[in-house]
Amino acid sequence: MALLNEQLQGQLKEVFGSMKNEITLAVFTKEGDCYSCEETISFMKEIEALSDKISLETYDLEKDSERASEYNVVMAPSIVLLDSDKKYRGVKFNGIPAGHEINSFIPGILEVSGAGEALPEQLMAQVSALNKPVNIKVFVTLSCPHCAGAVQKAHKLALESDLIDAEMVEAQTFDELSNKFNVSSVPKIVINDQYEFVGNQPLEVFLEEIAKTQ
Amino acid sequence: MDFNLDMNLNDQYGKNKKATFDKEALYDILIIGSGPAGLSAALYAKRKGLKVGVVSNKVGGQVVDTTSVENYLGIDFATGEGLVEKFMHHVQTLDVPMLKDADVKSFEKTESGFEVTLGRGEIIKSKTLIMATGSKPRRLGVKGEDAFMGRGVAYCAICDGPLFEGRDVVVAGGGNSAVEAAIDLSKIANSVTLVHRSEFRADQIIIDQLKKQSNVTIHLQTEIQEVFGDGLVSGIKVLDKATGETRELKIEGLFVEIGYLPNNQLVIDQLDLNNRGEIIVNALNETSMKGVFAAGDVTDTPYKQIIVAASEGAKAALTANDYINRG
Repeated sequence: MALLNEQLQGQLKEVFGSMKNEITLAVFTKEGDCYSCEETISFMKEIEALSDKISLETYDLEKDSERASEYNVVMAPSIVLLDSDKKYRGVKFNGIPAGHEINSFIPGILEVSGAGEALPEQLMAQVSALNKPVNIKVFVTLSCPHCAGAVQKAHKLALESDLIDAEMVEAQTFDELSNKFNVSSVPKIVINDQYEFVGNQPLEVFLEEIAKTQ
Repeated sequence: MDFNLDMNLNDQYGKNKKATFDKEALYDILIIGSGPAGLSAALYAKRKGLKVGVVSNKVGGQVVDTTSVENYLGIDFATGEGLVEKFMHHVQTLDVPMLKDADVKSFEKTESGFEVTLGRGEIIKSKTLIMATGSKPRRLGVKGEDAFMGRGVAYCAICDGPLFEGRDVVVAGGGNSAVEAAIDLSKIANSVTLVHRSEFRADQIIIDQLKKQSNVTIHLQTEIQEVFGDGLVSGIKVLDKATGETRELKIEGLFVEIGYLPNNQLVIDQLDLNNRGEIIVNALNETSMKGVFAAGDVTDTPYKQIIVAASEGAKAALTANDYINRG
């Protein structure tokens, strides 16, 4: 049975009509104990079928370890979005982006396809001034209505800078990692595993915390 | 598996893209806030043919964090978010420009109306303003609450509930929000204890539902005095007001649902407020400053309900329309 019902498929087809360039979904799973790996693959196959501009590649976290390290993938399932040049732009989802996270996943596809808007100038200047790598983890639950907004912001920043790697982390799937960072309210944003804040805060707050890593 | 797709996603990208917010224009009405009051005001103002814009930092406001809404006339059941999507959809059919993720820093009266300064320093001009900035969750104000915020102390049960699967949690509060949070959490947590300092204020219909849950304990007339733990919350100290005894509850999560405080930072020095910090409005939603109107949870209008906020927003827009037409 399809995960996405007909109505949803119709809505998504319409949204994907706004995609500009092609994108690739590179999905990493692993054998054995992997919560939601199978569902994630089914979900991605259904997404791929909804637009000619979307293609799917599947990898194994261990067997394709070189590829995994190229995209900084250390968990499974993990979905990496590649642009029309097959370039990794720092947009990644760890865990299935179902529930409310579909509202960060779909915009992620559109943004990587080039359909998004540019950041305001002032913020762009701050992003361009970065000179050290930045990792942004956004911990979410699938029932959190405003978590997707925080994930979108992190991804938006990643698209504007090759130094920023931004990843959604579904807190229940990766509970060990969540416990390590004491995640008990979401969205929780952790930058370079060191600086953190809670809530879907304005982009300015993301950039303030990012500045601390430079 | 559920997918909660935002049905207004199409309005953000590509061909269905809605009117962009013109920062250079002179607006007739600038609405600050996009909860039920702000969105309803936008609808009414636009239908009058006025040039209207909305400045928003959280689309839908508090309603988005509500699990279910069952008391909005004509809609027997909706999720908070689903209801907001309907509101947004309705407003967007009229192409009202909305500036999202924008904070308003200050506003100033000028000869032609008002100048509103945004967080990034930009200035928007408008003949009138409608303050619909809503409210934010009230804090308990007890020892340990701030230190453990995001470390076991939570203010959004639907967001953070899944992180407490199989654990013991407390819900603080006795109103509809608290009772609904307790019902939701009872399905995820090992046990839920509802603690409230007086008697229930919630609707009887949901109190009855709560009492049916086998893993829920209710302590009324009980006051939370302290949150403690080591890195993460491990318990709370409560005072039983009937016996005067203090005891500790071993819990890992405390969900605070004790009502709301008005978001009045923007107006605190410029408009008359009551002793709760709410903007004082008359029956026409006029504030103490000519040309500034207010509606919804930020005002002293009693009963913080979605339907009340929506109707107050409509009134504020109609009064602002009259004000503009009078010249």
